[in-house]
Amino acid sequence: MSTTLTVRVGTPAATPASTVDMSTTLGRFELPNPVLTASGCAGAGRELNQFFDVAQIGGVVTKSIMLRPRSGRPTARMAETPSGMLNSIGLQGPGIDVFLEKDLPWLVEQGARAVVSIAGGSVEEFGKLATRIRDAGGASMIEVNISCPNVEDRGQVFACDPRAAANVVQAVRRATRAEVPVFAKLSPDVTDIVAIARSCVDAGADGLSMTNTLLGIVIDTDTMRPVLAGVTGGLSGPAIRPVALRCVWQVHQAMPEVPILGMGGIRTGLDALQFALAGASAVSVGTETFHDPSAPMRVLRELTKALADRGFERFSDAVGLAHQPR
Amino acid sequence: MTPVQVTGEVLSLRRIGAYNAMTVVAPGVAESAKPGQFVTVAVGGPDTSMLMRRPFSIYQVRERGVYGGTVEFVFSVEGRGTRWLAHMQPHEPIDIVGPLGKPFALPREPATCVLVGGGYGSAPLFPLADALRERGCRIDFVIGAATEERLFGALDAKRISATLSVTTDDGSVGLRGRVSDPLPEVLATTKADVVYACGPMPMLRAVSRIAEEAGIPCQIAVEEMMACGVGVCMTCVLPVVGDDGETRMVRSCVDGPVFHGERVRFDDIGTIPADAVGAPEPPPEPKPVGKRAAKAQQVAEAVR
Repeated sequence: MSTTLTVRVGTPAATPASTVDMSTTLGRFELPNPVLTASGCAGAGRELNQFFDVAQIGGVVTKSIMLRPRSGRPTARMAETPSGMLNSIGLQGPGIDVFLEKDLPWLVEQGARAVVSIAGGSVEEFGKLATRIRDAGGASMIEVNISCPNVEDRGQVFACDPRAAANVVQAVRRATRAEVPVFAKLSPDVTDIVAIARSCVDAGADGLSMTNTLLGIVIDTDTMRPVLAGVTGGLSGPAIRPVALRCVWQVHQAMPEVPILGMGGIRTGLDALQFALAGASAVSVGTETFHDPSAPMRVLRELTKALADRGFERFSDAVGLAHQPR
Repeated sequence: MTPVQVTGEVLSLRRIGAYNAMTVVAPGVAESAKPGQFVTVAVGGPDTSMLMRRPFSIYQVRERGVYGGTVEFVFSVEGRGTRWLAHMQPHEPIDIVGPLGKPFALPREPATCVLVGGGYGSAPLFPLADALRERGCRIDFVIGAATEERLFGALDAKRISATLSVTTDDGSVGLRGRVSDPLPEVLATTKADVVYACGPMPMLRAVSRIAEEAGIPCQIAVEEMMACGVGVCMTCVLPVVGDDGETRMVRSCVDGPVFHGERVRFDDIGTIPADAVGAPEPPPEPKPVGKRAAKAQQVAEAVR
């Protein structure tokens, strides 16, 4: 009887978690680690800072900022769904003036890296927002929320039309300093995500955030009417994770050189690892933050350990790995 | 008063009438909790499909128990999340965040306080009553519910109050009717200085109105649907008039749950009032087209 040594291909010996290099880049934005908050799930960082130090994670992606204060949609704004939630907030927020006066300086003061999400109803509005942010300084990156209705095109959502999406990206890119990357946040509710992605990149996007929520409806069987006052809402949480992951996969496969900030139902470090393996250079933890306000920090810890357990020395080595043949 | 997130331990679960009360060893939560604040708990265990934390008003707090500080909250089994909670066993871990929200403001001088609770909305009024009594305040309780078994804390209320009024919708105990029905008389006979209330929104609206008519300040704790409980999700908003007279859609989790009753625009809940800060602009009036329409518009403008 001979002694056999089992070697499991692809799972080299574990490295200590403390030695894994977690640094990453999103275009010219250098991050100490790849875990960020997700827009609309972290305010401007202040509330979550009660539960963990927001400077310790890769970055804080702010709630989408608009030009003017906005009261959002009527309640009910939320419905819990299996492994997810439907929301229809309507971009309630203080507007760019208050944001630049109070929120952005606060983030900078904490030593946090601020990714400013912007939303507008027209190409011009997006351009104005980018100009205001450039003049104020302090933003490490701009995430363009193109999942808003275009008031100049019968409320058609920018993210669903390659040309409209490109126009917004171009306006923001032109108004933003070269060292600040501009990422377009794509909607999964399109027939061909690669076509939209390509259109955004051609218009100057430095990278892509994928994905936003999926449109859904919940009906209350007692009142026999939609639960949300806004009727439709954005579905988020683990329920959408495979869809978001598929989008990241397809776009990375088509354009492997374009950096991706991946998001959609990430709850754990292993979920984050899936996004990295599919091609995301960093990830946003969104809805899980409602369930666990410490989630971004926990996901970072878990991801670091998961990489170490698999023998990685660098996070960046995992990015897109799943596309390589076994 | 910064909230903390801790893995607490279920100490006990008991039935109180139609409700359940859970006591959790939650160091750091108990020590800084004030009356009117709430906690949120994660439900369904580590791999839960229920992502929304459930918010509950804090009922009792023991700062230093044998096992460390404990908080007790009362809940009613309404759905999957609360059903899961009701089946928890002592010593099981539970993810709890608190204390959250703005507490009730207490009078500086001894005052006569009328406490109005609907259903298990009376739960947070008991720690409030304790704090008020420590300040030498007189307490008068008015509690009501749909039925006798849905009344919460009638015996305790009787023990600590100068007077207790009880109502039930079905008349099974106390006065038949709403908790707001006996309130005008209670306010008059006790010469109340302040009203505190917690319960369902229609009740809070009625109580606020009665207090306002009587010219008595009224603080209410709302029970709005929440997703995060910590101020980031913007789910739990309601229209409230600020100190500057402007209406804003404010978060009941961090700007409340305690509000001045007269500041809440109850009739506009579920809408964005047109005069709220950041309200959508009304759509432009469609311009009439054609000669006849243009003439009609001229006429209309002339008579304006």
